[in-house]
Amino acid sequence: MNGYNFAYLDEQTKRMIRRALLKAVAIPGHQVPFGSREMPLPYGWGTGGIQVTASVLGADDTLKVIDQGADDTTNAVSIRRFFARTAGVATTTDTEQATIIQTRHRIPEKKLREDQIIVYQVPQPEPLFKLESSRAETRRMHALAEYGAMHVRLYEDITRFGQVAISYDYPVMVGGRFLMAPSPIPAFDNPKMHMMPALQLFGAGREKRIYAIPPYTEVRSLDFEDHPFRTTRAPHRCALCNADNSYLDEVVTDDRGGRMFVCSDTDHCETRQEAGHAGTGEALVREAPVGSAARGGGMKP
Amino acid sequence: MTDETLLSARDLSLHFGKIPALVGVDADLWPGEVLAVVGESGSGKTTLLNVLSGRMRADAGAVWYRDPARRLHDVHAMPAPALRALHRSDWGFVHQNPRDNLRMAVSAGGNVGERLMAAGNRHYGNIRAEAIDWLTQVEIDADRVDDMPRTFSGGMLQRLQIARTLVTHPRLVFMDEPTGGLDVSVQARLLDLIRSLVARLNIAVVLVTHDLAVARLLAHRIMVMQRGVVVETGLTDQVLDDPQHAYTQLLVSSVLQA
Repeated sequence: MNGYNFAYLDEQTKRMIRRALLKAVAIPGHQVPFGSREMPLPYGWGTGGIQVTASVLGADDTLKVIDQGADDTTNAVSIRRFFARTAGVATTTDTEQATIIQTRHRIPEKKLREDQIIVYQVPQPEPLFKLESSRAETRRMHALAEYGAMHVRLYEDITRFGQVAISYDYPVMVGGRFLMAPSPIPAFDNPKMHMMPALQLFGAGREKRIYAIPPYTEVRSLDFEDHPFRTTRAPHRCALCNADNSYLDEVVTDDRGGRMFVCSDTDHCETRQEAGHAGTGEALVREAPVGSAARGGGMKP
Repeated sequence: MTDETLLSARDLSLHFGKIPALVGVDADLWPGEVLAVVGESGSGKTTLLNVLSGRMRADAGAVWYRDPARRLHDVHAMPAPALRALHRSDWGFVHQNPRDNLRMAVSAGGNVGERLMAAGNRHYGNIRAEAIDWLTQVEIDADRVDDMPRTFSGGMLQRLQIARTLVTHPRLVFMDEPTGGLDVSVQARLLDLIRSLVARLNIAVVLVTHDLAVARLLAHRIMVMQRGVVVETGLTDQVLDDPQHAYTQLLVSSVLQA
């Protein structure tokens, strides 16, 4: 497109980001600072991911963008269109065809390959930020691999709830060395990061950090020996494609408690439907909660 | 008592601008010994504690620590990771205000277990069992293990801090006014507890206090400081019963007799 450099960013900026990426790949899980630029979308919408994507994008790449697992939501559509206009690259919703996948909140259900790159949008790159407010101190903790405090958080969860109650952004150890925030993907997706053949890049625009997991790197979710890491998913089948092993979204269908469980990964669901899998297609009806009438009646204005 | 000291300081000096905080201070601590540092406010007691524990650097002088393998380490020349590892395992620090050390948003069990987890313990059941064991040892009911520290009284908080510090079986504990801010009966109970734990576990303690009664009860040896200078040192009873230096005499005579 006229008036813009290829993939929006100027070459010096891309060079700077690529240098940060190289360093990030060389030290798996380590957060590398970079000079994050103003992008034509607000912080929190993927400014970090979009800068990383722009820096690794080539003219013959095919781009797929995921937002909450879906290819057709606002953020996914606008970022895909942004690169179609500023770089003229091919875009797709098919995980199989994509060479670069920018994602928010999910890893595709389909296994990724060696010739693919997955770029995560990261709101908060520091896994320790809830435990230690000083960035100088968290950097020291990373440098000395002092991660006992994170286990205190898991200990508290088990004590209070009987299990670790972190459902997304579940902290992982990368290559047995660095504690890393995997961005707000569900804990369900954590095992997919372990020994993944694709290169995984993480960009946090507001926090100005880049980190990476090279292909075939060990990624372990934190746990205790007697409370091993477990994934959870809604105990249902997808109402559209009948899948019983994919991550499900709960979709509210009416105002009387009706709801439907469908695959969060829309591409995965559509591929399965094309292959002839079919679910019930019907919403579940929720029974009225016991005692709700009594509680409602007892309310005083 | 062996001839080998656990901790030795030679000729420590530190000035804050024109104010002398430490002037040529020597100190020795043997394994299992309790050394009290007494003196009025501003005499350099806490500064000495901070310098001995490597938390603060002196202008001159050296602090030597002998590890369990009997190697000597210069505390101030140690790499930061080694010093921090020492503070997490072999050493402990008990603050005057337990809130400085405890995580107030974490349950009592989590607080006690933190040092175990930092040391690499990854078995929830064992950590919890150890935490309960230590709470019992510091006379906190085992069923308070899941309670938040904010529901604890001042004396309980201080005992919780001691449990949290001793859980990794340190050989050396620095205590900064451990009974400060507590009422007299709670103080007495806490002193009793510290004395029995220290004797049973053979822990060496550097104890900073302005309270001569605390020093008398806990310490084997005593150092009297005034304006950064150690004016008198010796066995506790000897120094307190027969003070030689004028300042020590003043200090001893100014204690109210109940």
